[in-house]
Amino acid sequence: MSAVPAAPHPASADGSESVEQRYNLLLHPPRPRSGWQVVPARVTAMCVVELRKLRHDRAELYTRAVQPALWLLIFGQTFSRIKAIPTGDVPYVDYLAPGIIAQSAMFIAIFYGIMIIWERDSGVLTKLLVTPTPRAALVAGKAFAAGVKAVIQGAVVVVIAALMGVALTWNPLRLLAAAVVVVLGSAFFSCLSMTIAAVVLTRDRLMGIGQAITMPLFFASNALYPVVLMPGWLQAVSKANPLSYQVDALRGLLIGTPAHLAADCGVLVLAALVGITAAAALLGRLAR
Amino acid sequence: MSAEGGTGGVAAVRCTGLTYAFGRTRAVDGVDLRVEQGEVFGLLGPNGAGKTTTLRSITTLLPVPPGVIEIFGRDAARRKMAVRRLLGYVPQQLSADGALTGRENVDLFARVFDVPRRERHERVEQALAAVGLAGAADRLAATYSGGMVRLLELAQALVSAPRLLVLDEPTIGLDPIARGNVWERIAGIRAATGMTVLVTTHSMEEADQRCDRLALLHRGRVRALGTPGELKDGLVAHQGEGSPPPSLEDVFRHVAGGELDGPGDQREDQRGEFGDVRRTRRTASRVG
Repeated sequence: MSAVPAAPHPASADGSESVEQRYNLLLHPPRPRSGWQVVPARVTAMCVVELRKLRHDRAELYTRAVQPALWLLIFGQTFSRIKAIPTGDVPYVDYLAPGIIAQSAMFIAIFYGIMIIWERDSGVLTKLLVTPTPRAALVAGKAFAAGVKAVIQGAVVVVIAALMGVALTWNPLRLLAAAVVVVLGSAFFSCLSMTIAAVVLTRDRLMGIGQAITMPLFFASNALYPVVLMPGWLQAVSKANPLSYQVDALRGLLIGTPAHLAADCGVLVLAALVGITAAAALLGRLAR
Repeated sequence: MSAEGGTGGVAAVRCTGLTYAFGRTRAVDGVDLRVEQGEVFGLLGPNGAGKTTTLRSITTLLPVPPGVIEIFGRDAARRKMAVRRLLGYVPQQLSADGALTGRENVDLFARVFDVPRRERHERVEQALAAVGLAGAADRLAATYSGGMVRLLELAQALVSAPRLLVLDEPTIGLDPIARGNVWERIAGIRAATGMTVLVTTHSMEEADQRCDRLALLHRGRVRALGTPGELKDGLVAHQGEGSPPPSLEDVFRHVAGGELDGPGDQREDQRGEFGDVRRTRRTASRVG
């Protein structure tokens, strides 16, 4: 498009020359980015916002660390002692740690839709929807911002697990790959949450649905126990559950168990794309 | 009646037969409107008159068919992104993010409007200075007064050098001093940039004092259009000399006929009005 600068009004009360000097940049619209650059630019913008919010208020980071710590400390330690879950040569708490990282990331992402509803009620979303941001780019930005938050949460769980003596890898490439896996999983679950938000439109309903689906998603995955221990029908559910692929990849990367990294990442990328498409298609409901 | 003004050339906003319905209720019912470049144009009317729906259609938030709305000659249905680059939008709700500082709030909008990194900082500073918030830029927006939040929202809208500033009830809930301050900033910005301002209000006094031209909306239709002086003169001509000087409220009562107070005003579906009132009260409550 042709970006036409707003014409300065000749009759400025302050004297047009000095006003033009002081506000010269506000007279010329920025040059639009070309097509392919838009999505990464919007994703970066949303991730920067998320990081800035975390910098201003870390309380959420600390309070959210309590639950995964309890899972590792109480559930992990107890089941390590009673040896009820066969995990081969891997101590149970080691086996559990990647599952808890995935779980805490999912918990953050699955309630991300509440933020979208808050942003809608407060006008923030409305304003973003009037910017030159395609809805898919806006949703992708929000999804990856949820991923950034989840990665920071995951890092906290990694530290807790390391303090408990879990033998996690410290290979930077593997840790980086684990972060990518967490981002992809969170992108899917946050999009699922935004999709539900666009359907139910209220925080209360979304809270109810979020609470109703988080535990089934968690228990119907390989986060706590190997899939082979599950009954057949639950194994089928687990195969359709993106959390299982996230946990499988994290286990392979962080504690070196056999994993199907390519398939896991493929499923997570596909799930994230489907989630972004669905949430972007329904985002208009939140604008009305 | 037709609300086409028209002084030739490309209009800042042109609506032709704009109609929008929520369910069975037509919130906007055949609005024809032409806003000239550089003017402050007010959409005036009570809750549920169709002001916000008209504004949301103009800002591309609500889907409209091609050919109905043009912004500086660009079709709002076919060239959404191009239209959005011309807009600076301040919704009715207090839409600044309280978890970010003033500077970060403006920076977000610089990013989503593709302001390049090399000029982003300076542009954000200029936008903050233009609304008088440079000194409070590093405080969290949650600590701002209602008037300051409105000014911050203006800075967010200004940072992309829009040609059309769209303000939905910009002074709702503010005390008279903050109200005057917001309007003075809007006037100053308009003088410095020559931008067009489209504003909704249900304050007859503000519309009288601050707008170059007005459209009086009632039940989704434009009932009168002109400068405040023309509208009042029209009523004097109708009532005859010797009657007390009319206010805009008198004009409004005249053009709305008995529909303002009578039982006929109770519409079957009150969705638009209810939504308006809820939004208004929420904003007023946040402003304090």
